[in-house]
Amino acid sequence: MRDVAIVSFAQSAAAFERERNEVEILLPVVQNAIADSHLKRSEIEFTCSGSSDFLQGQPFAFVMALDAVGAWPPIKESHVEQDGAWALYEAWVKIQTEDVDSALVYGFGKSASGDLAEVLALSMDPYCVTPLWPDMDSISALQARQWMEKNGKTERDLAEIVQRNRRNAKNNPHAIHKGDVSIEELLAEPHVASPLRASDCAGKADGASCVVLMAGDKAREICERPVWIRGFDHRVDPAALGVRDLTTSASARIAGEKAGVHRDKIDFAELYTPYSHQEPILAESLGLGEDVLLNPSGGALGAHVLMSCGLQRIGEAAQRIASGKADRGLAHATHGAALQQNLVCVLEGE
Amino acid sequence: MAELCGIVGIGQTELAAKRIDVSMPGLVREAAERALQDAELTWADIDAVVVGKAPDTFEGCLLPELYLADALGGAGKPMLRVHTAGSVGGSTANVAASLIQGGIHDRILTVAYEKQSESNAMWALTISAPFGVSVVAGAGGFFAPLIRGYMRRSGAPDDTGILTAVKDRLNALKNPYAHLKLPDISYDMVKESPMLWDPIRYLETCPSSDGACAMVMAREGLADKASKKPAWVHATAMRSEPTMFAGRDAINPEAGKVCAQELYAKAGITNPRKEIDCAEVYVPFAWFEAMWLENLGFSPEGEGWKAVHDGSTELTGDIPWNMSGGVLSSNPIGASGMLRFAEAAMQVRGQAGEHQVDGAKVALGHAYGGGSQYFSMWIVGAEKP
Repeated sequence: MRDVAIVSFAQSAAAFERERNEVEILLPVVQNAIADSHLKRSEIEFTCSGSSDFLQGQPFAFVMALDAVGAWPPIKESHVEQDGAWALYEAWVKIQTEDVDSALVYGFGKSASGDLAEVLALSMDPYCVTPLWPDMDSISALQARQWMEKNGKTERDLAEIVQRNRRNAKNNPHAIHKGDVSIEELLAEPHVASPLRASDCAGKADGASCVVLMAGDKAREICERPVWIRGFDHRVDPAALGVRDLTTSASARIAGEKAGVHRDKIDFAELYTPYSHQEPILAESLGLGEDVLLNPSGGALGAHVLMSCGLQRIGEAAQRIASGKADRGLAHATHGAALQQNLVCVLEGE
Repeated sequence: MAELCGIVGIGQTELAAKRIDVSMPGLVREAAERALQDAELTWADIDAVVVGKAPDTFEGCLLPELYLADALGGAGKPMLRVHTAGSVGGSTANVAASLIQGGIHDRILTVAYEKQSESNAMWALTISAPFGVSVVAGAGGFFAPLIRGYMRRSGAPDDTGILTAVKDRLNALKNPYAHLKLPDISYDMVKESPMLWDPIRYLETCPSSDGACAMVMAREGLADKASKKPAWVHATAMRSEPTMFAGRDAINPEAGKVCAQELYAKAGITNPRKEIDCAEVYVPFAWFEAMWLENLGFSPEGEGWKAVHDGSTELTGDIPWNMSGGVLSSNPIGASGMLRFAEAAMQVRGQAGEHQVDGAKVALGHAYGGGSQYFSMWIVGAEKP
């Protein structure tokens, strides 16, 4: 495997981008990531992005995004209809082929302008389940209930997860849901779908993120402390809720093992958890002990930009290592109902 | 590149306007199982799955690969979902090949599909963002002015499209999987068909199809041991450019030209017309054969139409194009690019049946999408590069 480093990261997240379209949101994010990489746009050889047409309600929604990333002269480019974390994976693979040494990767989404519950219902079995219009909060509540009953946990345990993430998010300028909040305040909220309350659900946000990758010694030349990708894997489970044990994540477990999470000590983990109860499910599946700091950025509960949130977890993890606060961390991304698809990226400082 | 990639299995479904005999999982599984059978492998031999399709709005399913994960044997495996507009079937094959070339996996399955009968592609292509301007005319409305521009620029005879339309439909009669089969296809039949988007006639445009295509790829050591002769990936390339800006040549786009240049350089090809034995090129509107002949360097600029008129691109010509009947005969959009790439591989493996080009050793697969702005291509060969 070639050594590949994250050399820069930029992001944006807002509860609702009323006035800016996707190109306008992306432009400063991409420009900041390029500026921080100390590379010229023309020196970055490959471009890859992640987004979903349905969030914009328009086919080929990612095509206009080319206006934000600079595609003239024509660029080597690809796109996944997945979170930007999978675009990062494709770019990392492209670098492994030795066809290119560098890549610009971005993810973006405006989910706040539409009815996200209705949109996400379209991701279920289209013949038997979607016609019932199940919303993701209710599906996740089934998972939360199962997890609580299996482990003897209560809604107070969920509130503690929310409280910690919001406290962590206080130091994150890109977090939306942050601050000190008491367990009693959280438990006083009405249920959205029992046992979940609005604060247990990451909700939706508009934004974008961008990462620049560089292989080998060139990364050391342009970057004071490159953050190396030391393990990268992703796995999927079957979609049907009835065939999975929702209290654990088989796909996350395999991805973690293949990515070599436990080859060395893990300092922290940035987990993409659209719902509070998914944090302990993932921690257990990935074998993360008490000593591993979870979501120091405030995680997805702090800001949930669909199609970008996973790449933001990777970027947040890279920034933490680049700043010297940690040496080895794990970033995670997910897709689908109740943690169906999971990606694990293990990052290390020099 | 680090590793060689061999295509060891190819499968496709019967392509038709409405495959109401199968669900979406049934459709993709049909193609995947045929590819596995061709490779004489089982689901257990597959390390990862790469899925491609065009916009989710075409079926009204968001991220359908999640729902299709178990139908494609994906449980517990990595699964990627590629979407690069109309070029997606080709890009998906290229991304899949990169997983072998990068040394990530030993054997992978790649599948591209579209089940257009689930929804209405014309509508899905027409909706635009709030406050955006839509031409409300589908793809034909977008591409007709580009064809008109080509006609004016090249001085090509008005019936160039008719000739390609007849040729590709004749080829489709030799392809058991093709959707549109018109046994009595003729020059006059095309000429007299209704004008849809001037200058594109009804029979100069592609149908709307349901269908899927799949390939199994393996790294060199395993492909060497394959029961049937593999097709070897000699080169892949992808290029994109913005939809519109002053000075963009949408008729002969720069992205297509530089994509082909990179592809040929990687494959060691200096004269594509002489060194490539046959090509499957994304021609959804008949005039695009003449246009892409120039864009891909098979004909000098302004002279692509001549190769159409002198029969060069016929099955028996010096450079056969679209032996399978092409997009003009079958167009499950998300799969259309992969069908082109797969046909190129079938040709160099000598498994194209009645539409086989004798002795084909080197073949080009091509796909494009968006407003003639997304390109993906590969060169495959009977021998290792």
